[in-house]
Amino acid sequence: MKSAVIVFPGSNCDRDLAVALQLTTGRKPDMVWHKETTLPDGIEFIGVPGGFSYGDYLRSGAMAARSPVMRAVKDSAARGIPVIGICNGFQVLTEAGMLPGALMRNAALKFVCRGVPLRVENSQSLFTCQYEAGEEISFPVAHHDGNYQADEETLDRLEGEGRVAFRYLDEVNGSARRIAGILNDAGNVLGLMPHPERAFEPAHGCTDGRRLFEGLLETVSA
Amino acid sequence: MKARVFITLKNGVLDPQGKAIHHALEGLGFSGVNDVRAGKLIELDLADATSDGEIEDMCRKLLANTVIENFRIERLETA
Repeated sequence: MKSAVIVFPGSNCDRDLAVALQLTTGRKPDMVWHKETTLPDGIEFIGVPGGFSYGDYLRSGAMAARSPVMRAVKDSAARGIPVIGICNGFQVLTEAGMLPGALMRNAALKFVCRGVPLRVENSQSLFTCQYEAGEEISFPVAHHDGNYQADEETLDRLEGEGRVAFRYLDEVNGSARRIAGILNDAGNVLGLMPHPERAFEPAHGCTDGRRLFEGLLETVSA
Repeated sequence: MKARVFITLKNGVLDPQGKAIHHALEGLGFSGVNDVRAGKLIELDLADATSDGEIEDMCRKLLANTVIENFRIERLETA
C-alpha cells in the first residue's frame, strides 16, 4: 500500500504515523509538505497527523485546512482514497468540510493526556474491520480541543447511518454523545481524536491501534 | 479602510472559556454576572475598493467556522 502523510508546520505526530504505516505496509510513506499542490502518483492512503498546525491559531486546524495540499486531499477523498485524520488531523478535516461538526475546547478546559477506553461502534468500515462491533479498546488521547459538537440533526444522522466509529466509555472532553471518531458519508474518511498510532508497538503499553492499520491494509490490498 | 469582524459562538453552543471567565469573576467577588460568552475581534486593514461581499467571503471561508460561530462585520470609515 502506497501511503502519504501530510506535514504542516506544527505537526508533531507525523513521524509516529509514518512509523506505524511503515511497520504495517513494509513501505515508507511519502511525507508531503502542506505547500504541495499534488500528491505523489498512485497514493492509496492519506494520513493527516496530530500536532498543533499553525500553533492552533484562529481555531485548531483552521489554517491547515486551507493550505494548498488540502485541495489534493479533498480530490483524492472524493475519488474514494481512504483518508484518516488523527487528533489535529480530525480538526483539520472538520475545518476543511470533509467531516461534519467541529472540535471545540475541552469542556473542563484542561489538556487531556492519557489512555482512554473506547467502544468500537462500527466494525464494518475499512478502518475498523478487524475489530468486533461493541469491542472495548484503549487508545491514548492528547488534546485540548477534542470536544466534538454538531447540531442534533447531524448527530442523529451520524448515529443512524452508523458513522460513529468510536465512542468514549467515560467522560473525556465534553464531546456530544461521547463521540470520539466519525466517518464521512462514503465511509472512506475517518476522523478521531484518540491516537491509534500511539497504541501500536508493545513498548507503547497497548497495541489496540495496530488492527486499525492492518485492517486498512487488508481492505486496500484486497 | 478598516473593518472589524466580531466572531461569537452561536446560541446554544457551550462556551467553556466564557464559563471559566464567569467563575473567575465570581471568585473576585463580582456578583450579578448572569452569563459570559467569549468571542474574537479581528481588525482588517483593507484596500478601499474592498466590497462588503468580499469581507463576508473572508468570514465564511476562514475567519469564522459557521458550524459553531456567527460573525458580524463593522466597517470603519477612514479618518
